[in-house]
Amino acid sequence: MRNTTSNLTFSAGLILGFLSIHFLLDYNISTQVMYLRNVNRGVKGLHHHVYTGGNQNSTSHTTRILCWIMTGPKNLESRTNHIRATWAKRCNKVLYMSSTKTDFPTVELNVSEGRENLYWKTIRAFQYIYQNHLDEADWFLKADDDTFIVIENLRYTLSKYDPEKPLYVGRRFSPFIAQGYMSGGAGYVLSKEAVRRFNKGFQTGECTHYSTLEDVAMGKCMETMKVEAADSRDVKGRQVFHPYPPDRYVVKRPPRPRPLYPLYDYYTPVEGPGCCSDFAVSFHYIYAVQMYALEYLTHHLRPYGYKYRFNPDERTEIKTTTKSK
Amino acid sequence: MFMKGMIMGGIFCLVLSLLASFNPSTEHTTEDHHHHHLQAPSKDELKHFSHSQMEDLSNQVRVYCIIMVQPKILVYWAAAIHTWSKHCDKAVFYTSEASKALEAVDLNEKDDWARLRKALTHAYENAGDLRWFFVAQPTTFAIIENLKYLLLTKDPNEPFYLGNAAKSGELDYVVYDSGIVLSYEALKRLVNVFKDEDKCPERGGSLWNVGEEKQLAMCLKYTGVFAENGEDIHGKGLFNSKSVESLISDSMQANPTNVVEGCCSDMAVTFNGMSPDQMQVMMFGVYRLRPYGHDFHDLLLFDPPVGSNND
Repeated sequence: MRNTTSNLTFSAGLILGFLSIHFLLDYNISTQVMYLRNVNRGVKGLHHHVYTGGNQNSTSHTTRILCWIMTGPKNLESRTNHIRATWAKRCNKVLYMSSTKTDFPTVELNVSEGRENLYWKTIRAFQYIYQNHLDEADWFLKADDDTFIVIENLRYTLSKYDPEKPLYVGRRFSPFIAQGYMSGGAGYVLSKEAVRRFNKGFQTGECTHYSTLEDVAMGKCMETMKVEAADSRDVKGRQVFHPYPPDRYVVKRPPRPRPLYPLYDYYTPVEGPGCCSDFAVSFHYIYAVQMYALEYLTHHLRPYGYKYRFNPDERTEIKTTTKSK
Repeated sequence: MFMKGMIMGGIFCLVLSLLASFNPSTEHTTEDHHHHHLQAPSKDELKHFSHSQMEDLSNQVRVYCIIMVQPKILVYWAAAIHTWSKHCDKAVFYTSEASKALEAVDLNEKDDWARLRKALTHAYENAGDLRWFFVAQPTTFAIIENLKYLLLTKDPNEPFYLGNAAKSGELDYVVYDSGIVLSYEALKRLVNVFKDEDKCPERGGSLWNVGEEKQLAMCLKYTGVFAENGEDIHGKGLFNSKSVESLISDSMQANPTNVVEGCCSDMAVTFNGMSPDQMQVMMFGVYRLRPYGHDFHDLLLFDPPVGSNND
């Protein structure tokens, strides 16, 4: 009997001694092997990515966006396909407007193809939307099939406006229309009230097929129906909608006689890094490869841990900082 | 009796752990570098570190960029100076010959391999307290923050030689175009073996036209340093010999229904073959353009460089 009790006590002591030394050693070693760890763990998720949807005044203003893309049968596979594979899925609703109905799916607008019919397409498209989808969104984006849109940034841009007000947002051009008009290629957005007024204009005859220049003609109707042209630039005065690809603006070029196109800009354009907002919404003349490349650069590739200079939600902005040496 | 037991148990444990600690550490140093794949740290791995340890680490990973240029392609030197190289802790340009317009270390050397040797030697001698070395071609575009993330938990006193690893017969080497990364220890061994004219000749190699990237691999191999492929935690290569558009184009052929996912890593470190204009667009695309509302909760913080306006 005495033997078994002493054996038990011995074993208990053995275990306790073993465990306490083991615990002590483990604690020390872990801090020493900092650099020697090269563990290949197949853990998913390189970072903790949270999509917060941003700080928007979300009390009464929602930002549902219906996107309609002006396209045609010839471009479905070569262009529209890539839009569908990239940014279109971030719209609350997307409609592909064409002259024919297909399984793409496209909506048939009862308008023939061709540059001279672009405004007819726009008129019919907004009519269709007004009749069938008005309640599904607050803002209505028109884009071309070679426009790249960053929907999150569009939501952010629009969040400061009230969709029940008659508003028209995009890259503001100055000629022809007093309050300016929005570039068609850069994509423009009508508020819900603006869509109502646009349709009313055609019902009453206040708006007509003013021109084959789709964007100018839209601008004319907006002016007639007292829809306000907005300033879409960010808080630093940088452009958000772009009627050309990024290299047209970002690359600083040597001084030269100005070409005609920048004279269209309502606000004096800036060339070089100050051209474009961090939260840019659109670029135009973007085809297949560039569409995916922009998708990659915007939504995928990023510099890990980088503290972006422009942080509108923070009080102070990083201008020049001492690099941590 | 109890006390005897405790002491026995304690001694037993000590002996066991002493034995155990001998084997893994020796295996570690040689095993790791035959492993061939060097992955970026996972979130789990970084969980072990406290906030201040992470801060220390992010300040400790500092990179000396060795950028090889030539006067006949001056525009690339200008592009590198005004774009990605600003994110290096130290960026030094090495040229084959002097030129009034080019501010660079003149190595006065036309032979590619000899020039690379000289550049590496110069970098080693001027390293200061920098412990990681990144060698770039003029047409390379690098995202140094992502390089630092890859190297975060690696000890530069260990020999590391990494990038886009390729094979030529029996030789594993790092492709020059997509950037070569060397730890201090690897560079130290390399500079030493440069003195050995048999193992690592300065001129002999070019007779066989092996190319300097393979020359480098051979010399390093003699010192026990082997090429490793830098990849993200999904196994995607981080060092690319092509431009973004070229890679996207390839992906459109290979993965037409999943082009972007099937293409390149979110944490890519290098691209090559970008024109100076494209590099400026990359600065905007990488360091500025992003969708509002995505918070990453990254575990490190890298400040933007001083006096720069395009990032």
